[in-house]
Amino acid sequence: MAIPTLPVVTADTPRKAPSRVRPFDNALWATLGISLAGVAITLGPIIYLILGGFRSQGDLASNPTGLPDPFLWQNYWNILSQGLFWRQLANSTFVAVATTAGVVLFGTMAAYPLARYSFKGRQALFVVFTTGLMFPLTVAVLPLYLLLRDMGISGLWGLIIPQIAFAIPVTVIIMRPFLVALPDELEEAAFMDGVSRIGFFFRMVIPLARPAMVTVGVLAFIGSWNAYLLPLLLLTGDPTGMTLPLGVTTFQGQYSSATTMIMAYTSLAMIPALVFFLMMERRIVDGLTGAVKG
Amino acid sequence: MKTLEASGAGKGPAVGAKAPAGGPRTVNPVTSHTRKHTTRKWLEIAVFVTPALALFLTFVVYPVIAAARYSMYKWNGVKQFSEAEFIGFENYARALFGGTNPDTKDAFTTAYSEPFWTALSHNFAIIGLSMAIQLPLALLVALALNRKFKGRTFVRVVIFAPYVLSEVIAGVMWLIILDPNGIATQMTRAIGLTPPAGGWFEDLSWGFWTVFFVITWKYIGLAIILFLAGLSGVPEDLQEAAAIDGANWWQIQWRINIPLIGPTIRIWAFLSIIGSIQLFDMVWVLNRGGTTDQYSTIASYMMQIGFFRSDWGYGSAIAVIMFIISFIIALAYMAAVLRRDNANRMQKAR
Repeated sequence: MAIPTLPVVTADTPRKAPSRVRPFDNALWATLGISLAGVAITLGPIIYLILGGFRSQGDLASNPTGLPDPFLWQNYWNILSQGLFWRQLANSTFVAVATTAGVVLFGTMAAYPLARYSFKGRQALFVVFTTGLMFPLTVAVLPLYLLLRDMGISGLWGLIIPQIAFAIPVTVIIMRPFLVALPDELEEAAFMDGVSRIGFFFRMVIPLARPAMVTVGVLAFIGSWNAYLLPLLLLTGDPTGMTLPLGVTTFQGQYSSATTMIMAYTSLAMIPALVFFLMMERRIVDGLTGAVKG
Repeated sequence: MKTLEASGAGKGPAVGAKAPAGGPRTVNPVTSHTRKHTTRKWLEIAVFVTPALALFLTFVVYPVIAAARYSMYKWNGVKQFSEAEFIGFENYARALFGGTNPDTKDAFTTAYSEPFWTALSHNFAIIGLSMAIQLPLALLVALALNRKFKGRTFVRVVIFAPYVLSEVIAGVMWLIILDPNGIATQMTRAIGLTPPAGGWFEDLSWGFWTVFFVITWKYIGLAIILFLAGLSGVPEDLQEAAAIDGANWWQIQWRINIPLIGPTIRIWAFLSIIGSIQLFDMVWVLNRGGTTDQYSTIASYMMQIGFFRSDWGYGSAIAVIMFIISFIIALAYMAAVLRRDNANRMQKAR
């Protein structure tokens, strides 16, 4: 090897033939150290929160770093045996599922002609949708609240409809190149068999575009599940009508002295999102990195 | 079937506008009158596009335009908008420079401009700190994790997990941990340090840093995952060639990996800046409903005054200012960064 003759060798251990050996094994300790630190900082607070739900109030004050002693099921049991948590879980689920379905269906439908028809104004229409990325919910939220009030849309539908609307731009932008890439032969063959464009869309495009639709749907689902601003404005009053994030802050306000109850409630509210994340981790990462690259 | 291929080209240069309905035409000669086809084509397009477009125009575009309109009025949202008083740019002036109180109408006051600038300065402080702290930290972690080792997938999944938790749940969790009598205080004492006197969030000199720490905990996973995705696209040959030429680990990161994921870093920076301008949920929860402006942001200030104090005109003006800031940042980003990336691409092509 030429390495010893080069004046620039700075590695602390002179490396022999690097053919099979991976370079920089001396950096492995750094990798492991950073991994451990990262995992500890991320999981530590979450584990503390979940364990805290098993504590008594006195135990939390006197022994916060140890394991719960006594180990109480009571906090979790109180929450799970009453309807409030389940109602809020159902509300969040309903809103997220309806939002996702609407976003995926309407977004894909809008992307289809933009991808596979050519018509006057197509580019302009696409630009109209992409400008939507410029308008965040925060900017529009006050007039949106008034609009929903005037239209008489309240409760959970008041979340679902605007959430679909605000997710459409990014959906169209992600779906369009995907639909452009579908092979023309499929379309030709389908039309030969007498299938209409609309029939082709529902029978061929939707099944074939499923990977992209899952990506878009997962992002919409997470966005809806975590939404706070609109629920804060729309779902005032009755806690049984709230979604989980708003439910958690309301619960926190009501039981401000019972910290371990809040810990149990927050832990339970966290679990669905974590389970969904573990199931969909690959999709979420692909979706985010894809959306960023696209 | 040439027409179909052309119509499927999507982004390609303009295709004959009438061409694409060719599919059914060749299949079904009975209905092959061109006019019927054009009508049918437009009908189909309408069926596909209308639901999305109607929702988008009604619930996204209209409210944004309405915000611009309301911002010119003094309006409390209770009485009819037609009875609201038109005051031109007074709401903007009140936020940016101070002005007369619209209710008392007498003395000049900075009671509106001061909290506005405080809030805006917090947004920009978060942007600055993200670039100065989150970026190098995320880069370091991504570079360290960019290799094969046992448990790599596990580590990546865990580090990314906070990003999918809701800001509210993460916020409540940290409120409990960083309670003045909570575990963070006790652990700090246990290792012999003094926790902030007024409490982690409440202390005037610490509060903002605590909020920034929580934001970092929640969002750094996205940066790491994006950088890792970028790094996985860097060809290994390059690194091996550099290693053979005697480059050390730092040299390889600095000269090869980091420049090559430049576009990813810039996109993250853009997302982070826009997100920082619109930051709301987390500060609202950590600030217990925006009751103090110790770490307010423009979004929380807008909600506090616009919605909870029913000053809709003023709140809308804040919203428009927020939009203009985001818009300018987006334009600047596109102009500067895209030009640079394109220039690089041209260079490579040559």
